Amino acid sequence: MVGDTERTATQSGAGAGTATAGVTFQPQASEDDAPASPPAVEIRNVSLWYGSQQALGNVSLDIPRNRVTALIGPSGCGKSTLLRCMNRMNDLIDGVRIEGEVFIDGEDIYGAEVDPSDVRRVVGMVFQRPNPFPKSIYDNVAFGARINGYKGDMDGLVEESLRRAALWDEVKDDLKKSGLALSGGQQQRLCIARAIAVNPEIVLMDEPCSALDPIATQRIEDLMQDLASDYTIVVVTHNMQQAARVSHRTAFMLAGDDLVGRLIEFEDTDRIFLNPGDERTEQYITGRFG
Amino acid sequence: MAAGHPTVTRDSYVPRLSFRQTVGTGFLALCMAGTMVGIVFLAVLLTDVWRDGVGFLRWEFLEAFPSRFPERAGFQSALWGSLWLIATTAMLAFPIGVGAAIYLEEYAPRNFVTRAIQINISNLAGVPSIVFGLLGLQIFVRGTIGIGPSVGGGFGRSIIAGGATMALLILPIVIVAAQEAIKAVPPSLREASYGVGATRWQTVWHHVLPQAFPGILTGTILALSRAIGETAPLIMIGALTFVAFRPEDLLDPFTVMPIQIYNWVSRPQADFHDLAATGIIVLLFVLLSMNALAVFLRQWTGRRYGR
Repeated sequence: MVGDTERTATQSGAGAGTATAGVTFQPQASEDDAPASPPAVEIRNVSLWYGSQQALGNVSLDIPRNRVTALIGPSGCGKSTLLRCMNRMNDLIDGVRIEGEVFIDGEDIYGAEVDPSDVRRVVGMVFQRPNPFPKSIYDNVAFGARINGYKGDMDGLVEESLRRAALWDEVKDDLKKSGLALSGGQQQRLCIARAIAVNPEIVLMDEPCSALDPIATQRIEDLMQDLASDYTIVVVTHNMQQAARVSHRTAFMLAGDDLVGRLIEFEDTDRIFLNPGDERTEQYITGRFG
Repeated sequence: MAAGHPTVTRDSYVPRLSFRQTVGTGFLALCMAGTMVGIVFLAVLLTDVWRDGVGFLRWEFLEAFPSRFPERAGFQSALWGSLWLIATTAMLAFPIGVGAAIYLEEYAPRNFVTRAIQINISNLAGVPSIVFGLLGLQIFVRGTIGIGPSVGGGFGRSIIAGGATMALLILPIVIVAAQEAIKAVPPSLREASYGVGATRWQTVWHHVLPQAFPGILTGTILALSRAIGETAPLIMIGALTFVAFRPEDLLDPFTVMPIQIYNWVSRPQADFHDLAATGIIVLLFVLLSMNALAVFLRQWTGRRYGR
């Protein structure tokens, strides 16, 4: 949380625009002087069905580059489903049907000639429960690089990835140890190191702290802030304080009685929490439901 | 009361704790009795076999070939025939069974056809072994479809024909066991692998198979233990009862331990009955060794980096 207040202070007041479900939001020019870069992910009219049950209804939003974007909303609102649309993880589930487009670097990742494996190298993922491979710490980090044909210095890459994930100092003396022998928080940082070892542009995090204690959670949150300088981060969280602490922009999603998840509001995080445009957002963040 | 039930009082509950405990004790006694029946009968059987068979249990028994004279008769051809047969069966059933399991679990779409295949595999596991013997006789021995080098396009009454028949027999068990082992690999491990850009093949090869391997191995070895005790399909395909040489080649005729035991039991002389008991001791020893190997391999392969 240290350093967080600073960012929040500089960011407050930024962001304008109205919030309506189903409307595409352009990213705000950020307050640092960098020219507005194109969004990292452009989601266009994405709808998704599990079998006959629709789970996402016509979601469109632009994920800003090198920022932390949070997806919040009550259980079953489709936020994890939307996250998994960004690296085609939903392809692995039988009976899923997706409509709409998801552009990364101008290319629709659902295009006919796109290999999902290639998408997932560019869009890394960290899961709800830490899931290191039952292999050594070294092999956990090196696996992705190996299978993607990394030709450089593997030891260097492993060290750099572990340093970047703030885990190096704790494990450098015993890289041969099983990844499963680490604590929960260390395992999750190992999973982050594993994700960034293949040099992705975007890192998706699906409730990465929900299985961790508060101290481990804070380390992961600090890490998210650090990583945002090099990667675009999208984090799904149940924890509204977490969204407020770590994210630059926040998307609020909600499923109606038809169980179809829709985007209600996508705004700068401060605005979502201080001055939401939709009364359902306000009700949710003030804890009146969900 | 504190919980705020207006109609519920302490008197609404009749715990009858001592009655429940008595029922529990009775249940325990019943379960223990069930276990004891199995153990006692096994112990009786083993001591009986041991008493009858220990007299002939010497090196010569393992080295000699069958003979008309009990004191000269031995088990060599049967023991080696069984080992050859099991090795052949394993080499055929393991890759085919594991391959089928991988396909069904990791690749096949979940639709009507795969469900039908699945049900058929489970049913095949219950088909009497003699039916597989008939199938093996037709296809592998006589070569109705012309796959072998011997007369008529089959393999004749050879080890390879027996091994192929046995492989068919245990294939459903191997497939189901391997499927269960693959199913037990947590989905989170697959997600982790796909998440760094691994293809399906890389995920299966690097993560699913190593994780499932102990289970697959145990299932396969237990299936092979079943095969080593089978007699009916081998009699069907014409494994001989009198073989006076050790098989050297997959196309050699052969006999196996259960057939030799059966042959000795069916003779009138009492000495041959004791010889059969000795054969049973050897067969049980090989069986137990295989099961011990399964346990050992499970521990050994599961230990590395496992929890």
